[in-house]
Amino acid sequence: MNISFLKKFYYGDIPDEKGGGSNYEAKKDSSNWPLWEVFIRSKNGLDHKHCGSLHAADAKMAIENARDVYTRRMEGVSIWVVESKYITATNPEEAGELFEPAVDKIYRHPTFYQLPDEVNHM
Amino acid sequence: MPVQNPEQIFQQKIEDELKIEPKDWMPDAYRKTNLRQISQHAHSEVVGMLPEGNWITRAPSLKRKAILIAKVQDEAGHGLYLYSAAETLGQSRDEMIADLHTGKAKYSSIFNYPSLTWADMGAIGWLVDGAAIINQVMLTRTSYGPYARAMVRICKEESFHQRQGFEILLVLSQGTDEQKAMCQDAINRWWWPSLMMFGPHDSESTHSEQSMQWKIKRKSNDELRQQFVDMIAEQIKVLGMKLPDKDLKWNAEKKHYDFGKINWDEFWNVVRGNGPCNKQRLDARRKAHENGQWVREAAIAYAEKRNEKNKSKVA
Repeated sequence: MNISFLKKFYYGDIPDEKGGGSNYEAKKDSSNWPLWEVFIRSKNGLDHKHCGSLHAADAKMAIENARDVYTRRMEGVSIWVVESKYITATNPEEAGELFEPAVDKIYRHPTFYQLPDEVNHM
Repeated sequence: MPVQNPEQIFQQKIEDELKIEPKDWMPDAYRKTNLRQISQHAHSEVVGMLPEGNWITRAPSLKRKAILIAKVQDEAGHGLYLYSAAETLGQSRDEMIADLHTGKAKYSSIFNYPSLTWADMGAIGWLVDGAAIINQVMLTRTSYGPYARAMVRICKEESFHQRQGFEILLVLSQGTDEQKAMCQDAINRWWWPSLMMFGPHDSESTHSEQSMQWKIKRKSNDELRQQFVDMIAEQIKVLGMKLPDKDLKWNAEKKHYDFGKINWDEFWNVVRGNGPCNKQRLDARRKAHENGQWVREAAIAYAEKRNEKNKSKVA
């Protein structure tokens, strides 16, 4: 049985074992540029938003590549890049304990409170 | 609450139209199918730069040259969006590129045809990108999140590709007799290969059924192909040209165009590596990759050296 689905692949933490060979000698690439996550602010007043990832040797190159790959049509006024390995993320398995406690606290929403019509716009 | 196994939770998400994200549990075959499809899609974008790159130096005007460069740069960008989507499934970029270069991974067979005249730039934009758009619009609703998001970005940009292609042909169709003939010739050569882009008939496609169930694909090959024929058969009237198919005619009952038989022998022959340009395309990719090796190494050596320098400064 193939059990590779049991492996957890964290976004940005991709295992880098090499693929097998064949007739064409694919030269082993020792230069493995790290993966970077790219965040773009589309205009002032808005948050930077994650838009994808790319490979680059260093931060400066990551910014330059992000400019070429993600803002060819004026999609951004500011770019953040961060090496993917520095991102810590939640796991889907933890989603229950992390997020479910909010589900039964509906009194945190304004719509929970029934008020007389006279104060309707409160 | 009954305890559900991961497979049931996964299937329920698909049925509820929820997207699957990289860290979610997914069946191994779902991961593999997506990986195969997304990486092949990425390879197609990258190899797709070659037939058009062929005409950048010979574009008929500075305007056309600038447009063509922008378009080819878009294809490179699309390849990169897709490679990064595929990487979220656990295969490294290097492995994918090695698979392309060894011939293990396929790319769209359409790019194994040569681009012989300037009119081919028009026909590729209108027909090849037109066919790709139909497939890609469907894929914006695919069930794997990173793939769907890449598709949304790509579709926004592809529309320019198809329109500039049609405009190239429109200008030629209003030109001299030679230009008109060149326009018709390009349409003749690209029409059938474009129809083949949608893949084998539903009855013969090995991947379609499971892919539909997992909502990776949402329309069958034949449905998409029909949609394409109906669109192009109308648009060609504006060009005053003809599609090279004597069986093409409107079917009032079905409210679709009927069209002739596709030469599947040719299709499989090209898939197997015997198309006019298979060797040339792969050689070009391998050469570009090999010749870039020293640049990639130099860049990483420079980055490491600078990191060391910064470290010693801090210490």
